[in-house]
Amino acid sequence: MALKIVKGSIDRMFDKNLQDLVRGIRNHKEDEAKYISTCIDEIKQELKQDNIAVKANAVCKLTYLQMLGYDVSWAAFNIVEVMSSSKFTYKRIGYLAASQCFHEGTDVIMLTTNQIRKDLSSPNQYDTGVALTGLSCFVTPDLARDLANDIMTLMSHTKPYIRKKAVLIMYKVFLKYPESLRPAFPRLKEKLEDPDPGVQSAAVNVICELARRNPKNYLSLAPLFFKLMTSSTNNWVLIKIIKLFGALTPLEPRLGKKLIEPLTNLIHSTSAMSLLYECVNTVIAVLISLSSGMPNHSASIQLCVQKLRILIEDSDQNLKYLGLLAMSKILKTHPKSVQSHKDLILQCLDDKDESIRLRALDLLYGMVSKKNLMEIVKKLMLHVDKAEGTTYRDELLTKIIDICSQSNYQYITNFEWYISILVELTRLEGTRHGHLIASQMLDVAIRVKAIRAFAVAQMAMLLDNAHLLTGNMQRNGICEVLYAAAWICGEFSEHLEDPNQTLEAMLRPKVATLPGHIQAVYVQNAAKLFATVLRKHEGATDSQAAQETSQLLVERLPLFVQSANLEVQERASCILQLVKYIQKLQQKDVEVAEEVSALFAGELNPVAPKAQKKVPVPEGLDLDAWINEPPSESESEDEKPKAVFAKEETKHSRPRHTEVDEKELARRREARKQEQANNPFYIKSSPSSQKVYQDAPGVEHIPVVQIDLSVPLKVPGMPMSDQYLKLEEERRQKEKAEKKKKEKKKKREKHGKGKKHDSGPESEEDITPAHHVDIVTEEMPENALPSDDDDKDPNDPHKALDIDLDNLLSGTNCRPLADTEKLPVRTHRSEPLKSPGEDGDVESVPQEPKKRSSKEKKEKKKDKDKDRKKSKEEKKKKKKHKHDAEDEPAELPAEEPVKSEETNEVATPPTSTSAEASDLDFWLSSTPVAPTAKEVAAPAPAPAPAPETSLAAAPDSEADEPKDAEPEEVKCSKHKKKKQKKEKEKEEKKEKKKKRHHHHHHHSDGGEDSVQNGTMEEEEPLPPMSNYCLLAENSYIKMVYDIQGNLQDGSQVVVSVIFENKSDSFLKSMEFNVLDSLNSKLQRPEGAGPHDGLVVPFQLPPGVSNEARFIFSVQSIVMPQKLKGTLTFIVKSEDSSTHEKLDFKLHFTCTSYLITTPCYSDAYAKLLESGDLKSSSLRLEGVNMPFHHLLARICFHHHFSVVERIDSCASMYSRSIQGHHVCLLVKTADQTVSIDAKCDEPSLLGNVLDEIKQTFSQC
Amino acid sequence: MIKAILIFNNHGKPRLSKFYEHYSEDTEQQIIRETFHLVSKRDENVCNFLEGGMLIDGSDNKLIYRHYATLYFVFCVDSSESELGILDLIQVFVETLDKCFENVCELDLIFHVDKVHNILAEMVMGGMVLETNMNEIITQVDAQNKMEKSETFIFQSPRQDR
Repeated sequence: MALKIVKGSIDRMFDKNLQDLVRGIRNHKEDEAKYISTCIDEIKQELKQDNIAVKANAVCKLTYLQMLGYDVSWAAFNIVEVMSSSKFTYKRIGYLAASQCFHEGTDVIMLTTNQIRKDLSSPNQYDTGVALTGLSCFVTPDLARDLANDIMTLMSHTKPYIRKKAVLIMYKVFLKYPESLRPAFPRLKEKLEDPDPGVQSAAVNVICELARRNPKNYLSLAPLFFKLMTSSTNNWVLIKIIKLFGALTPLEPRLGKKLIEPLTNLIHSTSAMSLLYECVNTVIAVLISLSSGMPNHSASIQLCVQKLRILIEDSDQNLKYLGLLAMSKILKTHPKSVQSHKDLILQCLDDKDESIRLRALDLLYGMVSKKNLMEIVKKLMLHVDKAEGTTYRDELLTKIIDICSQSNYQYITNFEWYISILVELTRLEGTRHGHLIASQMLDVAIRVKAIRAFAVAQMAMLLDNAHLLTGNMQRNGICEVLYAAAWICGEFSEHLEDPNQTLEAMLRPKVATLPGHIQAVYVQNAAKLFATVLRKHEGATDSQAAQETSQLLVERLPLFVQSANLEVQERASCILQLVKYIQKLQQKDVEVAEEVSALFAGELNPVAPKAQKKVPVPEGLDLDAWINEPPSESESEDEKPKAVFAKEETKHSRPRHTEVDEKELARRREARKQEQANNPFYIKSSPSSQKVYQDAPGVEHIPVVQIDLSVPLKVPGMPMSDQYLKLEEERRQKEKAEKKKKEKKKKREKHGKGKKHDSGPESEEDITPAHHVDIVTEEMPENALPSDDDDKDPNDPHKALDIDLDNLLSGTNCRPLADTEKLPVRTHRSEPLKSPGEDGDVESVPQEPKKRSSKEKKEKKKDKDKDRKKSKEEKKKKKKHKHDAEDEPAELPAEEPVKSEETNEVATPPTSTSAEASDLDFWLSSTPVAPTAKEVAAPAPAPAPAPETSLAAAPDSEADEPKDAEPEEVKCSKHKKKKQKKEKEKEEKKEKKKKRHHHHHHHSDGGEDSVQNGTMEEEEPLPPMSNYCLLAENSYIKMVYDIQGNLQDGSQVVVSVIFENKSDSFLKSMEFNVLDSLNSKLQRPEGAGPHDGLVVPFQLPPGVSNEARFIFSVQSIVMPQKLKGTLTFIVKSEDSSTHEKLDFKLHFTCTSYLITTPCYSDAYAKLLESGDLKSSSLRLEGVNMPFHHLLARICFHHHFSVVERIDSCASMYSRSIQGHHVCLLVKTADQTVSIDAKCDEPSLLGNVLDEIKQTFSQC
Repeated sequence: MIKAILIFNNHGKPRLSKFYEHYSEDTEQQIIRETFHLVSKRDENVCNFLEGGMLIDGSDNKLIYRHYATLYFVFCVDSSESELGILDLIQVFVETLDKCFENVCELDLIFHVDKVHNILAEMVMGGMVLETNMNEIITQVDAQNKMEKSETFIFQSPRQDR
């Protein structure tokens, strides 16, 4: 062996190592690919050798080649080999390679589970560290599920190095295995207060990531984060927390108010720019969330803007960029404060850094007003002329159009100016945005009726000068505007001064070089123009002109008939024939103009893109109502459930509509009024009444712009937008003068009122548009909102993490961890039972949570019992006092750790109440200083009115809270450390199992223990539930069992049996045997005969209980079945020992083949639509339990999950281990529950329904 | 979250690539190439942020980079990271490399990409920042190197290449 190693090492000396490989590649620049392929061949040889050092070296080289883009997935198995080396050096190489090239599709990953688990529990912290690092890169859902428990244990490791890695990786585990979030969360929360700053930072990091996606679930952590924020000095942590608060404040404005002060302090005190910047950002978020201002509101904005100005003025480009970025956020809510810095922002447009220029452009977008739009656009136009590089110029162009067209052209007061801007923009060389300009032209011409004459004139000019646009091939993009020009001239040809000339321009031979779709529009609109010309000459004495026009068409159209473009050809030949016919009629002096015009009659109105979708259900139309009499109950089974499901779906959407009608309507009406008020084009009933407040100082605010006469590339006859600036100027001043007159008049009448407004600058409303323009808005159905229905990405992994964590700790709808939420433990898997000793070792590692709690329990037993009793007493007291929400939080910190321990074990029935929520409320409603008794006593701020009796206690404990909390937490973590040092002893295990068993018992006993049931509230909590049912019992032993499907293997179920020793004797040599049926077989260890019993891997001292798991393989799962079995054991008392046996019947229900599987409603709907499912139904009479109890029971006992619940109706889903879908629709109405069900396996469904029926008949 | 960390030289040759989400080798190379094109055409003295969301899916992604002599250090991050914070982190990374390699230069990264990976692993894990304290990082890296040394055979003394 030793010789072999030495030999291997000598061999290795001749191998290339990574450095040789790199050097080789550098020396073979000419034929790199060839060289590398020979290297890969060598590597393949090396991988075939036994020596792990050689293999590791090969894998190391592969990692390098992977970076160069070579696929090395073929070596995945070798990587796993190297990972499992006992040497850290090689292990690290292996894990690095795996982290670089493993992913979810790598099949060998499933081989790594045990290796990783071993490394995680290695005594060497760096083995563990390397495994965690590697795992963070390639964790799969399977790995996450299997290792979640081990990683959770590591979160309490003694070494902070491991703790912080374990905490961080939990985020990846949550992403891949969302079910682990609830069980792991209490401990994660605990880590926020870890003594090690690194661990703390990691925990903050993870919770921030989680909260960013689903902030509402983490609102209750705000007080804790607040404490961290005010105490921490680590800038990284502070930044994360402050960012998190930025995400939380929109949900809770009160939080924002509380934050302002400390954040402002930080802004003043910190020297770190990164921290300052994030503070400013969050203050902005807070200000945005505080819709109704607070008194010192403006001070905060001023502070932010002022700090940002410093950033923007900084020479560091990064700060400048970020300053602009943050500024744009303020802009949304407080445009005024930003607008005062317009100079600075315009200055940034000249910056050499394109990113900064683009940011500044973004800002400009929000800064425009009616007043400054023209000026800003003029500046931008100058930049357009100056800009080098088409990308930036194109960006400018789109920005100009964006700025002008935003919110329905809100800021445009003069559309002639806008049209001329658009026309000027057509002169841009090489722009890609011709279609954008074109669509603007079309939009304005169609929707602003008053501007049509002007637009048509401009467009006619464009058509006339078309050669300027199309002359250069490079400017191809711009010819799109001709499309718009031709259409506008055609459609609104009645405004044309000289239609003949335009017609001529449209039929020039040069047109044939334009793209096909534009030619088609040309041809079509030539026909429209023709119609107009005919009309014009109708009735005129000489028909010569009209006939000349016909002749022109007849001459020019053949050119288009020959077009290669189908559309052009078709239209041209159509119209040509038409014109020829008309020509004939003209020669006969028949009046045709009327008929020709009729071809193009009717107004074309724009329709909003989503109009069709938005048509609401008219009032009085009930889509759910039966059109005919509903079919009687006795109708065929097959049809009924279908109808029910279909009906259900419409029901989902209906309430939404009605709600919208009530509140939304009012809101929309309000919004519309608002919009009309802001819309200069809406003719108000008394426009002057708002505009009379005018004064001279306002004039100065209007920028005076000189006409720039030296604009290059002036197209003859084309208008210059600049002239409008001047005109507009004059117009406004004139208007103002008039108003002033009016005002004076008014002033004389009413002296006091006008004064108030005198000093104020000119307001938005004061600028009236040049001519009253009537914007024809896009056609939309009444009541419809043009907003998008935003569909969330169903593939977003974070959606699955939207888990309400509050109720884990405590909450109004307390939902403790259910059995199914326990993190999986390895023994569930298909490992047959081993001999007692062996099993003890194996089991002790993965069953960490149980062990942990048991050890802790043992150690803390006295402590804890006392605690418990105390809390029990307290709770009882509370109960007497009818429970007061206020005193709950005081107890919370002390209780939480205990609770979290328990939750890992079994489903604890609901504890406590809305404590967490009210805690937050309380925290938010008060000042940071502990409240005085009076404050708390006042019932107003408290969510629940506090009964007098509890008042005395409440304020005290409340005030003590911060002090109390810390020592408790410290104590708790100490315990954990101790516990980890403890040896794993079998005795202990038994102890713990006993506990576990007891736990189950008090559930089934039905709430004898008032602690577990918590304090009752109006909303009844769920009664305790347990799935364990009696298997068999005699005077020595009692067995209860539960059956769970095995998700990993569709043919297996796990039977957990708890054995309880009821006698005073020692029970040993227990053997569990079952008579296999054809369908179901007990899995026995290899080599055992089919009739051999399985040794139960433990002994039972008197009064002790323990649990064993047995794996059965099943073939068909559609039928329930019973298996007969026997337990044999030896009863050993002090003087004698007897052999005893106990027969039992294991009942495999169909329910036990179901596995709780979450399902999203959209997937659910799809499933139902697919039509592959058979249906069946069930009615239960006389069920008088609350609906949520009913659902909880079905969920708990029958492994369903609720997909959606609406009032007294819920859809549920579950999946069998063999992948059958089971869908339920549960409805209840006065004590009758009807369940409609669908499943792809009818007999399975029938049996499940029977079992559900039975469940409810028992209660 | 950090989506990817790339180091390449002035010619776009990758010196280290670490993706925290899986992409095929081809996509990875394409991302490196495109990132290089985006970053390399920027002048010095312009800001170190680039909105390059198209490269790696997710529209709120940003490229944050620093240019040192012949090397570009590029971090692709989403909006949960502080821009200035990441710039500092890059600085810490480079300073750590400098300490570990003693006057780091491109050649160190060329020949010892595995070591660079190991150092990086102590700073960023699975796309989340693990440690920002340089001393702590160096302590952990040194401890692991020591362990590695104690394991090496006499025959395997690694040649020192530069």
